Formats: sequence, C-alpha cells, structure tokens
Amino acid sequence: MNFDPRFSGRKFTSVGTRPIRPDGVDKVTGRARYGADFNMAGQLVGRVLRSPHAHARIVKIDTSKAEKLAGVKAVITAADLPDLTNGDAAMYDVLDNCMARTKALYDGHAVAAVAAVDARTARQALKLIEVEYELLPHVTDVDEAAKHSAPLINDAIFTEGLEEKPVKPSNVTKRSQFGHGDVHQGFGHADFIVERSFKTEQTHQGYIEPHACVANFSSDGTADLWVCTQGHFVYRQHCAQLLGMEASKLRVTSSEIGGGFGGKTHVWAEPVALALSRKAGRPVKLVMTRDEVFRASGPTSATSIDVKIGARKDGTITAAEATLRYSCGPYAGSWAEIGAMTAFACYKLDNVKTVGYEVLVNRPKTAAYRAPSAPMAAFAVESAVDELAKMIGMDPVDFRIRNAAQEGTRSSYGPVYGPIGIGPTLEAVKSHPHMKAPLGKNQGRGMACGFWFNFGGQTCTDLNIGMDGSVSLAVGTVDVGGSRASLSLVAAEELGIAYEQVKAIVADTSSLGYNDMTDGSRGTFSSSMATISAARNAIKILRERAAQMWDIAVDDVVWEKGHAIAKGEKHGNLGKLSLKEIAVESGKTGGPIAGHSELVADGAGVSFATHICDIEVDPETGATRVLRYTVVQDAGKAVHPTYVEGQYQGGAAQGIGWALNEEYIYGKDGRLQNPGFLDYRIPVCSDLPMIDTQILEIPNPNHPYGVRGVGETSIVPPLAAIANAVSNAAGVRMTHIPMSPPRILAAIEAEREWSK
Amino acid sequence: MVEVTLWGSLGALAGGNSKVEIEAKDIRELFRKLAEQYPGLEPWIDKGIAVAIDGTIYRDTWSKKLPEGAEIFLLPRLAGG
Repeated sequence: MNFDPRFSGRKFTSVGTRPIRPDGVDKVTGRARYGADFNMAGQLVGRVLRSPHAHARIVKIDTSKAEKLAGVKAVITAADLPDLTNGDAAMYDVLDNCMARTKALYDGHAVAAVAAVDARTARQALKLIEVEYELLPHVTDVDEAAKHSAPLINDAIFTEGLEEKPVKPSNVTKRSQFGHGDVHQGFGHADFIVERSFKTEQTHQGYIEPHACVANFSSDGTADLWVCTQGHFVYRQHCAQLLGMEASKLRVTSSEIGGGFGGKTHVWAEPVALALSRKAGRPVKLVMTRDEVFRASGPTSATSIDVKIGARKDGTITAAEATLRYSCGPYAGSWAEIGAMTAFACYKLDNVKTVGYEVLVNRPKTAAYRAPSAPMAAFAVESAVDELAKMIGMDPVDFRIRNAAQEGTRSSYGPVYGPIGIGPTLEAVKSHPHMKAPLGKNQGRGMACGFWFNFGGQTCTDLNIGMDGSVSLAVGTVDVGGSRASLSLVAAEELGIAYEQVKAIVADTSSLGYNDMTDGSRGTFSSSMATISAARNAIKILRERAAQMWDIAVDDVVWEKGHAIAKGEKHGNLGKLSLKEIAVESGKTGGPIAGHSELVADGAGVSFATHICDIEVDPETGATRVLRYTVVQDAGKAVHPTYVEGQYQGGAAQGIGWALNEEYIYGKDGRLQNPGFLDYRIPVCSDLPMIDTQILEIPNPNHPYGVRGVGETSIVPPLAAIANAVSNAAGVRMTHIPMSPPRILAAIEAEREWSK
Repeated sequence: MVEVTLWGSLGALAGGNSKVEIEAKDIRELFRKLAEQYPGLEPWIDKGIAVAIDGTIYRDTWSKKLPEGAEIFLLPRLAGG
C-alpha cells in the first residue's frame, strides 16, 4: 500500500462539522429508491415456497401442475441451482439455505420458487406445487440440541476443536477456547466468587425494509441485479459462484438500504431470483414478506452462558471463566467463538478462560447482528461483574475502573492492547450527571461496558474532478448510516474545498474495483482511508497541472487549503490557483483529473463503550419503562458527529428492544409462532426516552484522522446495562433475556416465595 | 525469527503448541512456513486467519512486515454486522 495510514494529528476544517447528508432530501420526500422500488418492463413476480416443517426429508417435489398454470413463466427447485461450490463447505451451506436440497432444516426453509406474471398467479402456483415430506424429529433449543440424546441435524458433522476426534456425530460443530493464566489458581486467590448461568433468546435485526431484488438474466449469459444489500460486491461473488457465472458478467447495483445491521451481509433470495430470471428469460422481482424475513433470513443466536468471576476484597478480579453455547441454525458457524473472544475483553485479567460451543438447531441460519455475539456475552459477564461489585461492597463503576483494560494489557482473546478507550468511558460515566440523578420508587439504575473489534478490509474509491471544479466521489461500501456525508467531508478536508463541492455516490460492481461489505463498522473507517488516499493522488495531479499552467517545476508547487501555491523566491509574483481554476484548464493540460485508490484498510482500532440506564418496573405486572439512557463511546475521531450519535442511539434502541421484548418463540411443532411485528415487538418512539450520547475521541493510531468504527459497539452494553437496572429496580437478579413482563413478574414472585 | 502465539483451537493442530517460532519477514511468509511446518493449519489458513501484530489486527495484508520482537498473535477471522 503506497499510503501512510498513521494518525497525523492534523487540525480539521470540514471533518467534525455537521452538514446535511446528500441522501437526506430524497429520503424524507420518498424519492429515494429502496430495494423494492426498482421496476423493469416485462418484470415477473417471484415467490418462494417454504417448508412448514422444522425438520423433514424432501421425498419428492412435483411442480408439473404449477408449470401448467397460465401466467407461470418459471418454476425452480434445487435442481435448477446445481452444486457448483467445488468443495467450499461454507458456500454449499449458503446454497442449501437458498434452496433446500435433500432436507428442509427449519420452518421457512425454501424448497421451490415460481415466477409469474402477477402476485396472485404466483401465489396460486405455489399452492399447486406438491412436496412430499418425511418428517424427522427436530430440536430448536440450544441446550437441548447440545445434548447427546438430541435429534441429529447433520450426521456428517463431528465436533471440531476437541483434542481427540469424536467417534459420533453431534449438533455441536465446534469447540473454541481463549484465555491465559490459570483460572483454577486464580479462583483460589479470590475472597468472593459469583457463578451464574444466563440465557438469551434469539432475536432478529428487525430492519424495516425486507429483502428485495430485481434480477435480469440476459440470453447472452450476462445479468443485472438491483438489490438491497450491505455488500453488492460480495453478493456478486456469491451469486456468480452459485450460478456458475464469471463475476464480471453479473453487474450488481445496491439500492438505498432500510436497515441491515448484519442481516444483509448474506444472500437468500438473490440467487433464487437470478435462477428464476434465467429460466423465464424475463426480469424477476422478488420481495420477501415480513413473515419470510422472520422465518427465513438470518437472526442472531440464542445463547446459554455460564459465568464465574472471582475477586479479592480490594476489588481486584483474580480469575474469570465463561462457557458459551450459541445456536447457529442448521449450518456450522463461529458465533460462540466470537462470544468467547469478546466476553472479558474490557478487563485486565491475569487468569481468564472462555470456551465456546457452536450448536446446530432447527432454526434459520444465524447471520451477523451488529457486533455479532458480543451483546449476549457482555450481558452474562457484566451482570456477574455487577453482582460481584455488590458482594464486595464496591460501587460498580469503581469496580470496573479498578479492573479495566488499558494500553499494554493482554486482552482476554490474546493480543496486547494499544491505546484504548475503556478507562476513559468509565471515567466519563463516573462523572456524568446521569449517575447522580435521583431515582424514585420501583426505579433502578444499571450500567455496563461493551467491546467490539471493528474491521477494515478491501476498499476501492474513485475521486473525479469535473471541469467546473466539482468533485464526484464513487465509493464501494454501501451507505448504511450516513457515510456518503462523512466521506464527502473527508474528501473536502483533504482537498481543502467546501463540503458542498463534493457529491458522493455508491458505485455499482462494474464501475469500481472490489470492496468488502459494509460490516464490522468498517464503512467510514475503510472508505475514508481510501478517500484520503484518492484525494492525495488527485492533489499530485493538480500540482502537476498547476506547474504546467505556470510553466514551472512541479516540485515548486504545494497544495494548501484547496489551492496550488508556487513556493520559492523566483515565483513570488505568481498568485494562487484554485482547484476550480486548474480543473477548468484540464482539457488542455492533460485531460481529466482524478485520484484513485485501492487498498486494504487494516488496523481498525478496537472500540469500547459504557452505558447507563434508568428503568422503572411495575412490581404488579412486570412491565418496564426506560426512563433515561446514556451512551458513552470512543469514536477515535467523529467525522460527522450527528451520524456518530445516530449510531450510538440506534444501537441502544435495538439493545433496549432485545433486552426487554424481542424474542423468537417456537412451538412444540418447531414452527415460529411470532413472525410479524405485532407479536415480535421492537421498540417504537413512544417506548424510548431521548438517548443521550457522549462522544470520546481517543485517536486510532492506524488511521490518518484517528477514525475508529462506531456502528456496532453501541449494541454491546445495553442488554447488561438494562438487566442491571431491572435487577436493581426489582430486587432480583435477572438472568434471562428478554426481560419481558411475564419473565420479570415470575422472577419477582419467585424471590418473594424464596424470602418467605 | 518471530514467536507466534496460536489461539486455543489452532494450537491443537500445531502439535499442541500454543507458541511456535517461525523465520518469517512478513505475513505471507509466515502463512507459507506455518503451512509447511504444520500441515494441519493449512485448511485454516486457506479459510482465513487474522494476524495481530503488537495488538493491531490485520486480515488481508500479506506484505505486512513482522518486526523483530513484535508480538504476533493468530486469531480467527471474524464476521461483523
């Protein structure tokens, strides 16, 4: 990488300001085009037939009656999506999840699909497809599935990561372990030990926009896909691989996105829409219903976690241990592994051990959800930390400050930390007015910490300077939270021009080099690095052009505040040349002026947050009301502070829903009972107080402006902060998320019973 | 020569060693020599491994130098949301 990414400590002009986002007007006036807003002439309607069974062998599928129905243009099954994955087990799982091959593995698993002239015909056609199933025993609970006696979901899976290869297959696909020191010895030095088990139920990201795409397969073997996604380049790779195409023959354009949060990092409907279009010879639009989104896209894991933490009387933690079981759906994943890595990442520990178990269940394939796996681990650990502080008689903030990781600490997942922000977030919380505000009857306050890694990745950006001096910025990371505004600020900062002179777009896959997805909080981190690099490349050309215009050596030209300046005594009579003045002459000085950048944006700094929550619990009904909520998080550098605050607030809002209400509920028949927003209740505005935020800026040494990712960490502490608040308000330790009214009431009543 | 620490599951595939010594100047050479010396690691390297150098995590940069005396830690390659 011909680019120095190190933090330079510069003074900012544009970065750190709060201009209006370039996509704002279209979004508030309804003009912005989301996945389902794209249409083509001659477009067909795609619909998917889904298994009503949690686990069943597909004996036979007869599509003949559906094919004969007038208006039906294509019917596909797994036979139309043959296995081209060439031994790539992860891609085979993606393929099987898009269209079941031999077994339906969960309620909602796709088994066939149709394309018809209208939605009514498509629905009728689905009813005419005859599927013969042989029902198999199922298991949907993570603890039940991990037992030896559980129904086997895949008899070819033997637990990885054990010292000896097991002789029997298992639903536990992998064991992973992290830590250092000797926990046994550490617990021996503890004066107090807390040991508890926790559960969290499965939740969905709850994005308002369902999965939607339009696929258009041409008879020449090329295709276009318009889709709502977090990563159109990755969708192109996956779809091309599954359909046997060259990637360059498939052009993918990402729409605006009505929420993704990790759920749109994975293909479900897109290969099916492409296969339908290929067979029908016409464009096919496929939009999931909300029912399908819940039953057949990718929620997060349900978990079961055991935690043990010991500390001395002086408040020093001597040992910490956790065993984490995470559900993966019916396909292997690494979700418990991430939980095991993040669980104790906030703390300075001499003795720590975490063990993760990945567990197959007959539920939808687990997908990433905003700092995937970390919130559940933080819930268990931070609940136990709070309890331990109470047992010792220490203030929970002081207890955490005493044990907080700092620069030079060996993290619980292995490496030694550089400069990090957990300590400063705790100090900020300690002195925050929220911590001193009075509480009323039945009200409780809780706080908790959270950690997330943040990623970088492959990134490509084009910066083109028009002849009028305006700047077009084409990026390849989908804008999920205002990144077009942030990246325009970065381009303006680097070039030394006004924000309004820059227009950023998300380019399609045929217009720009490959970009990894917008995941791992990488959008602004990675693309700002590439934008800085591209702008610096453009400045190099601007200087050359200015030198031509002046007829002097380029080494005598510097770039300052949006202008070329001739340096040296002999050039004293030359005025400044603005970017616009140089651009106007570009046709005569060598043609278009542009800067490009292709890089791997590595070195994303880890991120920490501490949250405070006040809650009121009605002891008669178990109902809760969040009274006040504060987020304190390290952003490295907040490029556009409003959108950083938006990320903090959004993560907290999602976490509040997860903590208090949201839950996948399965019946004994293995079918999802609440696949809709009436029965799966996410928070609405009236459920939430104003979520206060405090941005800390501890620069990331591996980014020129010090930027860290901010999108995910904000969902890590809420489950624990709210659980600690509810536990303090209700006088009973809550160990099961969500803390819905019936669950809180049951805990209060059990406590009353026990106290008698 | 750099000392490389393997996370728990990976150590089992390297003959039970949690630390191995490798003569490597950059990440590419590190992966190549690890695969040569511990063939059990090769499928994991192919699937993707992250390398933490003095606490900073690198996922895709083969050319990243491994400074003498740096702390090198191999980690699973993770998913993000």
